Amino acid sequence: MIGLNGIVKYFHRGSVNEVFALDNIDLQIEEGDFVTVIGSNGAGKSTLLNCIAGGFFPDSGKILINSQDVTAWPEYKRAKLISRVFQDPLLGTCPSATIEQNMALASLRGKKRGLARGVKSRDRDRFREELKQLGLGLDKRLLDKVGLLSGGQRQALTMLMATMLRPDVLLLDEHIAALDPKTANQILLLTQEIVKQSKLTTLMITHNMKHAISFGNRLIMLHQGGILLDLKGEEKKNLTVKDLLAQFYKTQGEELALDSLLLN
Amino acid sequence: MTWYAALGAVEQGLVYGIMVIGVYLTFRILDFPDLTVDGSLPLGASISAVAITHGVNPYLSLVIALAGGFLAGMITAILNTKFKILHLLASILTMIALYSINIRIMSGPNVALLGQETVFDAVIGFGVPAHLAGLIIFGIFALIVLSFIIWFLGSEIGQAILAVGDNPQMIRSLGVNTHTIIILGVGLSNGLVALSGALVAQNQGAADVGMGIGTIVAGLASVIIGETLFGCNTIARAFIAALLGSVVYRLAIALALGLEFGGFRFNPSDLNLITAVLVISALIAPNLKKRLMQR
Ligand SMILES: Nc1ncnc2c1ncn2[C@@H]1O[C@H](COP(=O)(O)OP(=O)(O)OP(=O)(O)O)[C@@H](O)[C@H]1O
Ligand SMILES: [Mg+2]
Repeated sequence: MIGLNGIVKYFHRGSVNEVFALDNIDLQIEEGDFVTVIGSNGAGKSTLLNCIAGGFFPDSGKILINSQDVTAWPEYKRAKLISRVFQDPLLGTCPSATIEQNMALASLRGKKRGLARGVKSRDRDRFREELKQLGLGLDKRLLDKVGLLSGGQRQALTMLMATMLRPDVLLLDEHIAALDPKTANQILLLTQEIVKQSKLTTLMITHNMKHAISFGNRLIMLHQGGILLDLKGEEKKNLTVKDLLAQFYKTQGEELALDSLLLN
Repeated sequence: MTWYAALGAVEQGLVYGIMVIGVYLTFRILDFPDLTVDGSLPLGASISAVAITHGVNPYLSLVIALAGGFLAGMITAILNTKFKILHLLASILTMIALYSINIRIMSGPNVALLGQETVFDAVIGFGVPAHLAGLIIFGIFALIVLSFIIWFLGSEIGQAILAVGDNPQMIRSLGVNTHTIIILGVGLSNGLVALSGALVAQNQGAADVGMGIGTIVAGLASVIIGETLFGCNTIARAFIAALLGSVVYRLAIALALGLEFGGFRFNPSDLNLITAVLVISALIAPNLKKRLMQR
């Protein structure tokens, strides 16, 4: 499904600011896998997702999706296969466009755009139905500008938009980190439901150990650009927060005791 | 201000309104401050004038002018997107280059259209009094352009253009090549500006290499006036406001030029100064208001 072969990524290579962000990553993800990704700040999690999505190109290595080599595809071309939700709720939607316009934009993800009307009247009922699933009352606000919505509402809309055309790969980069606990929980449940319903191949970055353990069927921990831990099946099921924290201490030493994830 | 002067100002407002619609597209929709327009307005004028003097149909000359402007805009956008030159600088480079190109096109700094057939002759042929011909033709063209741009921005591609100005990261991850969209948008904008210049040239009977100076400032002033007076909460409204803003701007200028304070009068050459001051005050007013409120 997703194949990462020998992915190496430097930032500012050859300068004093050189960062070795991804260190020869090899990772095979099967169709329908729901992988949670953990690791301390700067471990390379976002960089990994960005390499898959095409936000930037790796310095070496190969990226395969559905056994197509997409390594040289620009980001907009990979959009046919990939949907993303970012940590920042502002990044996933257009604030000055209406809810229905945003949904119409997303319903054409990876498709040719022509001179047909952007929002078609036959789409409206479908949009309303999908918005109803969120239970946030957005189905009555199709003509409201998205800039008027709260961060949580925007993120819920973004989740919906990311999956209304089934993506081959769904990438979630701390997509609930900016939300209050209650809303975060709602969006997380929504995520789980959508992923299950459409059997999406998913990578979800989180700093919450509990979520990392309870969601998905596979867990990987990144550390200094490499994969430190890769647990599947029974191994993952039997994992406890304590085990995971122990792993963190082991690799990072005591100085990380105040890392945000330990506060969870 | 005489009735005749007011009529002239409305006429100017409509024809330059086509330019303002183009400026609104880059400046507000694409968030791409584009100075190419100072060169693409006279580009349109010179292409149209030279084409007409070579016997090309005046309407066809408008199409060629539009295409020329489109190309100029594309060059600015390509410099910006593909070669990573800052948009302002890219547009200044194209503008400067266009100065030489326009002189080449005209084989000199200007071309007169005396005695040549223009788009105005057609309506005058219908028995419309000559002094109303400009108003009618410009009104029709402005309305066509206005309807087209509103229709276009409602299309799938148009919605993508809006999104590029609003949230480029999002629209890229939805599969849109933002570079292509910017090239298309800036091209279209300059196409409209060139069309506006071509119509102006046919109206005043000459194209001149210097006629583009201050286009961007006049465009911005009109945009700001339009937004302030008529609002911009929907796309249709925003573009209608831009066009009306252009008319109000030309009326205000005509008014200012007619003023007299104890022997002092504004010259037409003071126009750019007045406009620049107008734009500056509109830009700093919100800031100033905030500071005063804080005290
Ligand atoms: N665009 C960039 N330019 C330069 N350096 C970068 C860039 N993006 C990331 N880095 C660096 O690469 C390393 C990995 O960053 P990355 O964002 O992948 O970490 P992360 O695991 O997502 O961390 P966090 O949990 O804080 O989000 C960091 O050292 C970071 O400073
Ligand atoms: Mg990150």
